[in-house]
Amino acid sequence: MQVEKFYYDNKTVKWFAYAVLFWGVVGMLVGLWIAIAMYYPSMNLGFAPTTFGRMRPVHTNAVIFAFVGNGIFMGVYYSLQRLCKTRMFSDTLSKIHFWGWQLIIVAGALSLWTGHTSGKEYAELEWPIDIAIAVVWIIFGINMFGTIIKRRESHIYVAIWFYIATWVTVAMLHIVNSIELPISFLKSYSWYAGVQDALVQWWYGHNAVAFFLTTPYLGLMYYFLPKAANRPIYSYRLSIIHFWALIFIYIWAGPHHLLYTALPDWAQSLGVVFSVMLIAPSWGGMLNGLFTLRGAWDKVREEPVLKFLVVAITCYGMATFEGPMLSLKSVNAISHFTDWTIAHVHIGALGWNGFLTFGVLYWLIPKMWNTTLYSKKLAGTHFWIGTIGIVLYAIPLYWAGFTQSMMWKSFTEEGQLRFQFLETVTHIIPMYVTRSIGGSLYIIGVFIMIYNLRKTILQGSFVSDEAAEAAPLPVVIPTHGHEYWHRWIERRPMKMMLFSLVLVAIGGLIELIPTFLVKSNIPTISSVKPYTPLELHGRDIYIREGCYLCHSQMIRPFRDEVARYGEYSKAGEFVYDHPFQWGSKRTGPDLARIGGKYPDSWHFNHMLDPQSMSPGSIMPSYGWLFDENIDTLETPAMIHAMKILGVPYPDGYEQEANNDLRAQATEIKASLLDSKIKTSSNKEIIALIAYLQRVGKDIKAAPKEQTALSHDGTSLMGN
Amino acid sequence: MKFIHYLEKISSVSIYGITSFVIFGIFFLAVSLWALRADKKMLDEISQIPLDKNA
Repeated sequence: MQVEKFYYDNKTVKWFAYAVLFWGVVGMLVGLWIAIAMYYPSMNLGFAPTTFGRMRPVHTNAVIFAFVGNGIFMGVYYSLQRLCKTRMFSDTLSKIHFWGWQLIIVAGALSLWTGHTSGKEYAELEWPIDIAIAVVWIIFGINMFGTIIKRRESHIYVAIWFYIATWVTVAMLHIVNSIELPISFLKSYSWYAGVQDALVQWWYGHNAVAFFLTTPYLGLMYYFLPKAANRPIYSYRLSIIHFWALIFIYIWAGPHHLLYTALPDWAQSLGVVFSVMLIAPSWGGMLNGLFTLRGAWDKVREEPVLKFLVVAITCYGMATFEGPMLSLKSVNAISHFTDWTIAHVHIGALGWNGFLTFGVLYWLIPKMWNTTLYSKKLAGTHFWIGTIGIVLYAIPLYWAGFTQSMMWKSFTEEGQLRFQFLETVTHIIPMYVTRSIGGSLYIIGVFIMIYNLRKTILQGSFVSDEAAEAAPLPVVIPTHGHEYWHRWIERRPMKMMLFSLVLVAIGGLIELIPTFLVKSNIPTISSVKPYTPLELHGRDIYIREGCYLCHSQMIRPFRDEVARYGEYSKAGEFVYDHPFQWGSKRTGPDLARIGGKYPDSWHFNHMLDPQSMSPGSIMPSYGWLFDENIDTLETPAMIHAMKILGVPYPDGYEQEANNDLRAQATEIKASLLDSKIKTSSNKEIIALIAYLQRVGKDIKAAPKEQTALSHDGTSLMGN
Repeated sequence: MKFIHYLEKISSVSIYGITSFVIFGIFFLAVSLWALRADKKMLDEISQIPLDKNA
C-alpha cells in the first residue's frame, strides 16, 4: 500500500508548553502569596486586589484552567496527532484556540482581581468570559474531532477516549453551571438559588476535578507512560474497563461536598455510595499505570521522566483513596470546612497534575528540539525538592485540619465549648508557616526545571514540522476474530462522544431533576423574606470580596455547631440566595446566624481593623468599603433581575427600591452615631452591615409551632 | 408551615437510587464481558500504537 508523507505540528505544542510554564509560575506564586497571608495578614496590603478573598480565586483559576488547562492542550496536541497519524485538523483553529485561551486567562485574572465574580467556586468568571470559554472550547472540539476523523490509524487508542469524554463532559458542566442572568457587563446572578444552586455547583465543582484535572491527564498517562517506559500499557483490557467505569461513576459523586448540609438526604446518600465505588476504577487506572513499569524499575532510577510519572500516579492513587474516605459521612463530619480538604486537593494538584506535567515537559522538550535533556542531575534535584515540597505542604495541613476540627468539637465537663473559634485558628498558625515552606520548595523546583529546559532548548534546534509517514486508512478495516459491539463504537468517534455524553448525562439528570421538579424538595419557610435593596447591595459586596472563601453559611446539625453558631441551617432559608453562599472552608467562623449577634458598630470597627475587635485574627482589613459609595444606579436592574428569577418583590418595586435603601441606610447611620461613629449613609460598609445583620435572622421570626418542631433533631436531618 | 421530610413528598424516591444502580450494573457487566472476551491479538495491536516510531 502507498505510504503517505505528512508533518506533525510541533509549533502549537511549543506555545502551549511555554504557556504551561508561564501560568504555572504565576498561579503558584499567587498561591504562595496567600499561603503567607494566612499567618501574616499584612500581605493583604490593605489593597482590594491583593486581599485573600480576591487572590484565592485567581490562584485556583490560574492553576486549574491556566496551568493544567494549557498542560492538557499541550499533551493532547502532541499525542493526538501521533495517535491518529495525521497533522491537526486545522492550523488556524489551533492558533485561535491557543490565543483565545490565553486571552480568557488574562481577562479572567483581571476581572477576578477587580472583584468581578459570580461567587461560585471554580466557576467564578463572569458571563462574557463564560461565553468566550464555551466558544474556544467548541473550537478545540472541532479541531480535535476533525483530527480524529481524518486519522490514518483505524483504532482509536484509549488516550483519545479520555480526551473525547473530557471534551463533551466539560462542555456540559460548564454550560449548565454557568446559566446566569446578566444585569450589566461583568455582573450576573446565578439562575439557581439556594439548595438547587448548591447541588448544581458541586455537581460541576466535583466534576471539574474529574473531567478537567483527572480524565485528560489519564489520557496523557496512557500515551506518555508507554512512550517514556518504551513498553505498552500493562493491560489494555483494564484500560477499557477503567475508562467506562470511571466516567460513569464520577458524575454522580458531587453531593459528597454537601454532606450534613441542607441538601436532601437521598441526594447525599447517592453521592456517598458512588464516591465509595469510585475507588475501584481509580485504583484500576493507577495499578495499570504502575504495573506498566514491572520489570523496568531500574529505568525509573535513572530516567527523570519516569520518576515524575511514578510519583504522579502514586499521588493519584493516594488522592483517589482519600477521596472516597472523605465522602464517608463520619469522616466528612471531621474533615469538612478544615484544611484537611486543602491538603487533599494539593496531593492531586501538586502530585498528580504538577508532576505529570513536569514529566511530560521533560520528555517533550528534548524530543521537539531534537536533542537530549541538558541535565538529568538537575531534573533529579527538581524531583527531590518537589517531592519534599509536597510532603512539607500536605502533612502540616492534614495535622492542622484534624486538630482544628477536634478543637471545634471539644466541650468542657460543664458542657461548654472548650475553645473560642479564634483560639483554634491561632493554634494552627505554625502549620500554615510550614505549609508555605513546602510550597516554596515546590516552586524552587519549578524554577530549576525552567532553567534546565531553557538550556535544553538552547542546545537543540526546534523541529516545527516533524516529518512522518503512514499508510492511509483502508476502506475495509480488517478484523480479528469476532466483531463485538465495542469494536463498532470504538471506530466511530462521534458516536463515542454521544455515548459518553449519554452516560454522564444519566448521572447528572437523575441527580438534578428531582430537586428541580418536585417543589416540596425545598420546604418554604413563611418567615423567610426577600432581601431589602440595601441588603442586596451588601450581599453583592460580600460576594465581590470573596467572603465565602473563608466563611461558611451552613450550620450542620452537630452539637458543637449548634452550640457555637445557633440553630442549624434549613433548606428553606436559602430560597432567595442567587447564588448560594454556603462556602466550603472555615478559615473564619460560620456566618449563617451572624445577623443580630453583634451591634452595627462592632461590624464597622471589625471591617476597618479586624484585629482591634478580635486580637490575633488573620482577617484582612477592608478600608475601601469606607470610601466607596453604594452604586444606587444599579438598584433597579438588580431588583428586576431578582424578580425575573422568581423573588417576589411587588410590581414596580424597581423604581421604589432606592427610597427603601436610603431609609434603611439612614437607620444604620443613626445606630452607628449612637456608638459615636460618624459615617456617611451612602458608603459600601453600610450596605455590608445591613446584609450581615440580616443573615440567618428570618427563621427566628418563624411561628412557634415551627420552632418547636425544629428542635426535634432527628426528624429534621437533611432538611 | 411545617418542615416536612423530603422522602414523604417525592413518591418512591428510592427509584432514583435503584435505577442508577441497575443502569450502572448492566453497563459495567457489558463492558467487562466485552473486555474479557475481546480478541487478544487485537488488544495487543492497539496497545502498541503509542510505541510506533511515527507515533
